[in-house]
Amino acid sequence: MNMRVEDHPILGVLDNESDGVRVVVDGEALQARPGEVIAATLMAHGRSVFRYTNRRGEPRNLFCGIGRCTDCVMTVDGIPNVRTCVTVVRDGMVVETQRGNGAWGRCDDGR
Amino acid sequence: MTIDRTQNEREGVAYTGTPSEQELHDSGGYATQERQERGPVAFIECVECIPCNPCESACPYHAITVGPDITALPQLDGEKCIGCGLCIAVCPGLAIYVKSKHHSETHTTISFPYEYVPLPSKGDTVNLTDRNGDVVCQGRVLNVFTSRRNDRTAVVQAEFDKRYCSEVVSMKLPRSDERERGR
Amino acid sequence: MTAVDIAVVGAGPAGLSAAIEGARSGASVLLLDENDKPGGQLFKQIHKFFGSREHRAGTRGIDIGTQLLSEARELSIDIWLNAEVCGVYDNNELAVVVNHSTSKTVRAGAIVLATGATENAVSFPGWTLPGVMSAGAAQTMVNIHRVLPGHRVLMIGSGNVGVIVSYQLLQAGADVAAIVEAAPSLGGYGVHTAKVRRAGVPFYTSHTVLKAEGADRVESAVIVELDKDWNHVPETEKTLAVDTICIAAGLTPLVELGRSAGCHVVFEPTLGGWIPAHDSYMETSVPAVFVAGDIAGVEEASTAMEEGRLAGIGAAAVLGYYGADERNALSQVVWNRLDALRSGPYGRKRREAKEVLLRAGENAT
Repeated sequence: MNMRVEDHPILGVLDNESDGVRVVVDGEALQARPGEVIAATLMAHGRSVFRYTNRRGEPRNLFCGIGRCTDCVMTVDGIPNVRTCVTVVRDGMVVETQRGNGAWGRCDDGR
Repeated sequence: MTIDRTQNEREGVAYTGTPSEQELHDSGGYATQERQERGPVAFIECVECIPCNPCESACPYHAITVGPDITALPQLDGEKCIGCGLCIAVCPGLAIYVKSKHHSETHTTISFPYEYVPLPSKGDTVNLTDRNGDVVCQGRVLNVFTSRRNDRTAVVQAEFDKRYCSEVVSMKLPRSDERERGR
Repeated sequence: MTAVDIAVVGAGPAGLSAAIEGARSGASVLLLDENDKPGGQLFKQIHKFFGSREHRAGTRGIDIGTQLLSEARELSIDIWLNAEVCGVYDNNELAVVVNHSTSKTVRAGAIVLATGATENAVSFPGWTLPGVMSAGAAQTMVNIHRVLPGHRVLMIGSGNVGVIVSYQLLQAGADVAAIVEAAPSLGGYGVHTAKVRRAGVPFYTSHTVLKAEGADRVESAVIVELDKDWNHVPETEKTLAVDTICIAAGLTPLVELGRSAGCHVVFEPTLGGWIPAHDSYMETSVPAVFVAGDIAGVEEASTAMEEGRLAGIGAAAVLGYYGADERNALSQVVWNRLDALRSGPYGRKRREAKEVLLRAGENAT
C-alpha cells in the first residue's frame, strides 16, 4: 500500500526517492525518505501496528506525533521504547514491532 | 420520544458551517442586485469579524474597504468593482468569487479559488457545486489561472447554464477513490 | 558551560521571533529546540495567514517560517537542534541534553521560554486503536512527511485546528467523512468552515464520538447526538466507515520549564489552562525569565510571533541593550499589532483572558 501524497496543490509533486534510505521493519526492507521520522515510513507503507501493549496485547501506533505520549514506541536497532514519531530514519536502521515493554537486543552498529 | 432538535433549525455559519442568505446579504460583501445583472462583479462571502484585510489592498480600483479596524467586514462598492478577480486568490479565507451573470445569452461564468489537485484543464466538463458541496449542474472550464501572484491558489473560471446562476459557488473535488482509479 | 546573553527555548514562531528581536539589539542569542529541525509548527501551516500587511497576512505559514529562519541566519543566531532543555535552575542555568547523549549547561543573562503547547486528548472506547490520533499528528504526516494517515477521516472538534486540518487532509487526497462538534455551534472561523462545507464535508453539531471499532486499526466510528446537558440522545447513533479519527479538542500550554524556573502560574481556561503570569513585556514572576507563544496562552502563530518579539525586546532590555524608553517604544509598536489581532468577537475573548494574566503578572512581580 502506498500512502504517499505524491501530488499536492501547495507542496507540489513529491521529488523522486533516488537518494532514499532503506529501513528494515520486522525483516522487510522499506523505502524511506531521508529526514522523515520512522512513523512516517511505516504509515507510508500502510503499516498500522507499531507495538502491542504489555498486559492486554492491544495494538498501538501514532497518537500525539510530538514525542510526548510514547504510544508509538518500537524497538529500533535493538533499543526498546524508541519514539518513532520523533526519531529520524537512517539507512540500514532495524525497526521491530515491540511487544510489551520490549527487550534490549544486540546493537549492530556497535554503540 | 421527543427530541429537542431546535439546534438543527438554527441558521448561519456558526451552526451549519456555511453563511446563510441573511448573513451574506447583511455583510456588505455583495453588490446590489441591479449591479450583479450589469456585468462581472465580486462576491465576498466574509460574514464574521476576523482580523484580516488583504482584499482591501489587493483591489486596484479601491472597491473593497475594510478600514483601520481590521476585524471590520469587507465592504464592496459595486460601482467601483469591475470584476477583474484580482482579489480572489488573495483572500486567505478563499471567500471571494467573481460572477458574470449574463456572460452570454444562455450562460453565466464564475471564477472561484481552488486549492486541490488535480487542477481541471481548459475545456474540461466539471461538476459545479453550491455552498454545501452538492452538485448543482455541469459546467465547462474556460480558464485556470495559476500565476505566481496567486501563490498556489488557482482560480478556475467556468461557464454554466444561467438557470443555476445563484447557486453555484465552486466545483466538486475529485474524491480519493476517483483519484485512485485515475492512476 | 556555555554562556550567552539570551537563551530561547523552542524554535517555533514565538521562539524564532524572540531570538531575532533579541539579536537585533546586539545581544548574543542561543536558540534551543528538541527537534531536528527549527520552525516548530510553522512548517505545517501551509495555508495563508490572516491579519494585515504588517502581520504578513496572505503569506503561507511555511513561507513565514522560511523568512524567519533566514533572518535568524543573517543575525548569526546560534541554534542547537536535538537539544532538550530538562530544567531551569538558579542563576538562569539551563540543563540541556543534546542528541540524547551529551548533557550541557547553558548560563544565560535572560531566558525566553517558547515551548508551545500539547494537544488535548478525548477518550472513548476504542480511542487507543491505531488510526486514532491528534489532529496535529495527522497534519504533520500530510504536510511535513507527505504521508496520508488514512483514506477516510472523522474529525472530532470544529475549532480552527479541526477545520484547517480537515481542509489540509482533503488537499492531500483523503476524504473527510464528517466533523463532529459537541457544542451546539461550530468553533472555527466561518471562512474555514465554509471551505470544508463546500467540499461536501458534513458538520454534526451537538454530537460526539461514542466509540471506535476495528481489529488492528479503526474500521468505523459511531457518533451520537448530545442534548443540551451533554447527555447522549438515545437512538441517534450513526456508524461512519472511517479508517482514521483525528482529535482536535484544544491545546494545553507546556509549562513544565516555567514551573521548573519557579514562575508563578495562574489557571486561565480560555487560553488553555495553567499559564505563567507575565507582564506586558512577557517577563514572568522570575526576573529575566520570559514567556512567549502558546506557553503564555494558546492562540495562533501570528500572535505567537508578536509575543516572541515582545519577549526578545524585554530580554534585551533587562540586559541593558535597550533603555526603558527604547524598550517601551519598540514594545508599543508590537502591542498595536497584537491588539489588532485580538479584536473582533473571536479575539476579544482571548484579549480579556490575556488581561487577567497580565494583571496577575503585574501583581506577582
